[in-house]
Amino acid sequence: MTNRIPIVEKILSANDRIAAENRQILEDQGVFSINFMASPGAGKTSLIEQTVGRLASELKIAVIDGDIATSLDADRAAAAGAVAIQINTGGECHLDAVMLREALPKLDLKAVDLLIVENVGNLVCPANFPLGTHQSVLIASIPEGDDKPYKYPGMYRGVDALVINKTDLLPYIPFRMDFFQRGVEILNPGLVTFPLSCRTGEGLEAWLAWLTGEVERHG
Amino acid sequence: MHELAVTESLLEITLRHAQNANALRVDNLYLVIGQLSSIIDDSVQFYWDIVAKDTIAEGARLNFRRIATQMECRDCQQVFTPDDSQFDCPNCGSGQVRILAGEEFYLEAIDVQ
Repeated sequence: MTNRIPIVEKILSANDRIAAENRQILEDQGVFSINFMASPGAGKTSLIEQTVGRLASELKIAVIDGDIATSLDADRAAAAGAVAIQINTGGECHLDAVMLREALPKLDLKAVDLLIVENVGNLVCPANFPLGTHQSVLIASIPEGDDKPYKYPGMYRGVDALVINKTDLLPYIPFRMDFFQRGVEILNPGLVTFPLSCRTGEGLEAWLAWLTGEVERHG
Repeated sequence: MHELAVTESLLEITLRHAQNANALRVDNLYLVIGQLSSIIDDSVQFYWDIVAKDTIAEGARLNFRRIATQMECRDCQQVFTPDDSQFDCPNCGSGQVRILAGEEFYLEAIDVQ
């Protein structure tokens, strides 16, 4: 006899449970953590370099770098002054909560104020796998085009802050900022947004002030 | 994409509920997937056939109920499904809009014997 069992359980609930445990570990150790997500080439690592370079004198920063195969990004974060470790996902297109769980013991969390997790470059999958970090930041960039909120709504929907990188290219690229921000506003009303250029440094101060404020607020 | 992670998670949820019900076999899974979170497609069935092998859920059929994005205008209360490059209200043009549906991503039910 066929019997229908009602369930209504989120498909990736196992990931979400481990993410909640990760959050508790980070809370217990007094670490403020953020998850950097973006498409490949948007400037995740460049923003980490700029952030670490400018805040390393006041905050102890660690970076966990998710990459499909190489350690190039972790090397750049370390060169900028962070304690950096690498997670090679072995082909997976995103980090998940289990990968972060396995990486956390490799850090001396008691000695860390700010943990930046650099996700794999991808605008689809990371949105479905919360890691347990306190905040998620999406780094968009001008050359990607202004239609990305419309094409990747899940990613824009779930983040706590938005960086718009490479604003120095605005004179050269047809990017309708109004159109872009209108899509963002509908998906994520009031999302705190930082237009900036990692190359010229323009706009970085506002981003760094926000980030420092968040660390202090959680500290 | 990450069909494998999705499929493994589905199997864990399915077997847990099937065992609680003392089921002998699982015949159907009913998935609800919103357009805004649509990261899985029918290829998940192929992964399922691999990961569920030698379990009581082997051979179960995955049924998808897809939910279109639905938005409501905060200004004129028009309810609409947005097109691909426009989220503004088609009635009054307002950008003050809230999302009513489209973010679903869950296993709704299973059929067991």
